[in-house]
Amino acid sequence: MSENRFHPLRLLQALVRPIDPALLLILALLFGYAFILMSSASPERLDSQLTHMAVAVGVMWCAASLPSQRLLSLALPLYVLGVVLLVGVALFGEVSKGAQRWLDIGVTRIQPSELMKIAMPLMLAWFFQQREGRIGWREFVMAGILLAIPVGLIVKQPDLGTSLLVAAAGFYVIFFAGLSWKLIVPVAVVGIVGIGSIVAFGDALCQPDVEWVGMRDYQKHRVCTLLDPTQDPLGKGFHIIQSTIAIGSGGIAGKGWMDGTQTHLSFLPERHTDFIFAVLAEEFGLIGALVLLLIYLALFARGFTIAARAPTLGTRLLAGAVTMIFFTYAFVNMGMVSGILPVVGVPLPFISYGGTALVTLCLGIGILMSVQRSRLANKN
Amino acid sequence: MIAFHAPEQETSRFRHRVVAGGAFALVCFMLLAARFYYLQVRQFEYYHTRAEDNRIALLPIVPNRGMIVDRNGVVLARNYAAYTLEITPARTNGLEQTIDALSEVLTIDARDRRRFRKLLEESRSFESVPIRNRLSDEEVARFIAQRYRFPGVDVQARLFRDYPLGASASHVVGYIGRINQRDLERIDEGEDAANYRGSDYIGKSGLELSYETELHGKTGFEQVEVNAGGRAVRRLSSTPAVTGSDLELTLDMELQKIAETAFGNRRGALVAIEPTTGGVLALVSTPTFDPNLFVDGISTQDWKELNDSPDHPLLNRAIYSAYPPGSTFKPFMGLAGLTTGKRTAAQTIADPGYFNFAGHRFMDDKVGGHGVVDLHKSIVVSCNTYYYQLANDLGIDGIANFMAQFGLGARTGLDLPGEAEGVLPSPAWKKKRFRRPEQQRWFGGETISVGIGQGYNAYTPLQMANAVAALVNDGKVFRPHVVRYVVDTRTGNKRMIEPEPVRQIALKPEHVAAVRRAMVEVNKSGTGARAFAGAPYEVGGKTGTAQVYSLKGSRYVEGQVRERLRDHSWFIAYAPADNPKIALAVLVENGGFGSQSAAPIARQVIDYHLLGKRPNQPAPEDADAVESSD
Repeated sequence: MSENRFHPLRLLQALVRPIDPALLLILALLFGYAFILMSSASPERLDSQLTHMAVAVGVMWCAASLPSQRLLSLALPLYVLGVVLLVGVALFGEVSKGAQRWLDIGVTRIQPSELMKIAMPLMLAWFFQQREGRIGWREFVMAGILLAIPVGLIVKQPDLGTSLLVAAAGFYVIFFAGLSWKLIVPVAVVGIVGIGSIVAFGDALCQPDVEWVGMRDYQKHRVCTLLDPTQDPLGKGFHIIQSTIAIGSGGIAGKGWMDGTQTHLSFLPERHTDFIFAVLAEEFGLIGALVLLLIYLALFARGFTIAARAPTLGTRLLAGAVTMIFFTYAFVNMGMVSGILPVVGVPLPFISYGGTALVTLCLGIGILMSVQRSRLANKN
Repeated sequence: MIAFHAPEQETSRFRHRVVAGGAFALVCFMLLAARFYYLQVRQFEYYHTRAEDNRIALLPIVPNRGMIVDRNGVVLARNYAAYTLEITPARTNGLEQTIDALSEVLTIDARDRRRFRKLLEESRSFESVPIRNRLSDEEVARFIAQRYRFPGVDVQARLFRDYPLGASASHVVGYIGRINQRDLERIDEGEDAANYRGSDYIGKSGLELSYETELHGKTGFEQVEVNAGGRAVRRLSSTPAVTGSDLELTLDMELQKIAETAFGNRRGALVAIEPTTGGVLALVSTPTFDPNLFVDGISTQDWKELNDSPDHPLLNRAIYSAYPPGSTFKPFMGLAGLTTGKRTAAQTIADPGYFNFAGHRFMDDKVGGHGVVDLHKSIVVSCNTYYYQLANDLGIDGIANFMAQFGLGARTGLDLPGEAEGVLPSPAWKKKRFRRPEQQRWFGGETISVGIGQGYNAYTPLQMANAVAALVNDGKVFRPHVVRYVVDTRTGNKRMIEPEPVRQIALKPEHVAAVRRAMVEVNKSGTGARAFAGAPYEVGGKTGTAQVYSLKGSRYVEGQVRERLRDHSWFIAYAPADNPKIALAVLVENGGFGSQSAAPIARQVIDYHLLGKRPNQPAPEDADAVESSD
């Protein structure tokens, strides 16, 4: 082994070994889609997004190369680091666009809440693994507390979108760890009834003098605008109105690549980031949108397969949670762009422009690959 | 509470959870797919239209307005291109500050500000309103250099209406002005609303108003793709504008100017008509005004000056003011007598100088009377007594019925807006005019006054001129018109405004001849003789004096100086006598006897029309003119 260390074939093998071909294929399809859409929506950003992709794939490879147990052992330090940084943001953070999300660590500005999206499920998966065999209500309460601390800090920033994603990530681990349906079902019912009543009584709730307990004004506006975008067609409703027009006018086959009028005449806001799905739906129509849904479903299927076959409790929980995070990103983003969910800042996974989110997501892919490899290793 | 002890059981529990998670994801994605189907298939038409509405804007292309020229091609109204400085109030950071800051860069005087304020009130919302017109190239350059300081302010190249002859014939040509709220309502009611998208100006009076449709042209449209900022990025299609038609008038501007000059600074009106076509050769109302004042929005001061002047320069006396015809009524009365058989040409009366009726004595001007008077003499010397008797014999309905045929007391249908009806009195008219029963009753004595053109009688100079034209045209009445051709500027096709006969009055040629002989004699030995002394052509005419009294002419009487109490001076004429090329009516307000001020004006006009002779001064007032009656 050592005498052939520099043999090119060996090197290639070493490079390829951590990679799961199915996940790589799905990622390639998504990147291909992203490339096509970005060249239409914002060609000037194509180069920098290709760089982001390269970096993200590198991160993915690193994560994939690490044994999954090693990954889990990083959980506690990463979690502690994340919480410390979030506290740091709360105390010394930079304010940008009305929210305090960034921390300047000298070299670069970082957004600790982004780290939490991976550190959170990692931490809980590690925690449940430690308690494997004696998981009782105490463990779920503990997990709840571990989840609540960073989510509370992120809500304070305020960043509703990220806090929802982090909370969801943590919740998925708890869910897969076996939280009783008796607890889940009532909460879900309350949630559905709550959302239903907001929709039903939206007009009254959205009166300017009504204050929503626990929500910032801009969050209230987002929900209200979702309920009735025509209330404010040039202001807050503009994004949703224009994106539904873009999607609807795409029809079945779309207007054709580069021919989206909403996209190219600047009616579509944030067309390279959060609203890039509208570009897709406008230029490639219902067919293009369904193709994307299928690619995502393939990703979830692969992720759940890996989770189901994972050798240990920790890796199972981790793989399951990561897959559900991908789903959450995709569903929340497409739901918001097509006007069935409020506008929260969630990118379309693997497609929206932006380096941080892409790195986080590819880290998730890397984790899945790592879990998949640990299963193979176990078998051998 | 929940504890996994056996790994097998635990794994199976986990797999159930994975299936639940997967099912949840699948359901959510089906929800998304359903939403996409709803938006992209079910609602496709709606969103497709919305997207097209977003991207496509229709921009109007304003057509050039047609020109107005006289029968010889003399330009009365045209367009020229100039730069204007325009402000869109909604886009400025404070209107007052903007104007103040602008005035440091360009001259903006108090008049500009006042006009701007007035236009602002009248203009449509979010429109750009001009604050300065006719910028010089240097001013444009100066502004452009500092443009960044003035959001909402821009220089525009625009076409302006110009009336090169200024005040001359302004009552005919009229003027255009900026479209105001009232015009807008009128446009919106009509079918032409789309044609005015983008138009800033519209005809307000005169030909500019009555031929608005022809002059305006057809607005073109440009379909452009616009981006979210409203900026046009691509032209999709365009329909060019069609320039408005030019108008070629029957008016002869040389004749018009000579007539205007002849009035000097007297108030009055003149209408000259070509008898065989009804074409108006000259239509004068004095004093007049400069229509150029109105184009950019008239200043309050100018408006006050025009509107408050006791001379009422904006009033078109030729078609809107009705005056008692006085003795110019007599030839028509004479003809009525002959036509109805109440008189023959040779039949005479003995004129004692008065006519008794119902215990009232109606006086002739000449004390002791004119002696033996037949029709010919009655016109030449303007004998009142002859017509007192004739009026009594004809009866008021007989008079009214006959005169109505000449178009008296009714709108002639001239192609200019704002014509008055005048008053052809009759018992029926009186019933309509007055409300109380005692006022509605017709008195026999009133018929006697009507017989000599006084009393309730009131006709516009246009009606009188058209009646003369009909008289010398063997009873053929035309609808008078000012426009001869409407010229399509694209094809050069000229659409002729055909002479439009309104009716043929049944007249015997020998009766008409008798009256015309008398009218020619008027200018040889009668009341018009002094005015036409030495004329190398024969001309028919009749003088007249309209009494100014408070009953009708109240606006000229109340609190006015003595001069305004003088009678109005009338003269009707046609020439040459045997084959008339021109028929006209002249009225000089407070001009005294007809022979005194109106006849000399007619002389100058006919001299030019027949001989090309140009006078070098206003027509003289003949102070020595002696009038028996009128």
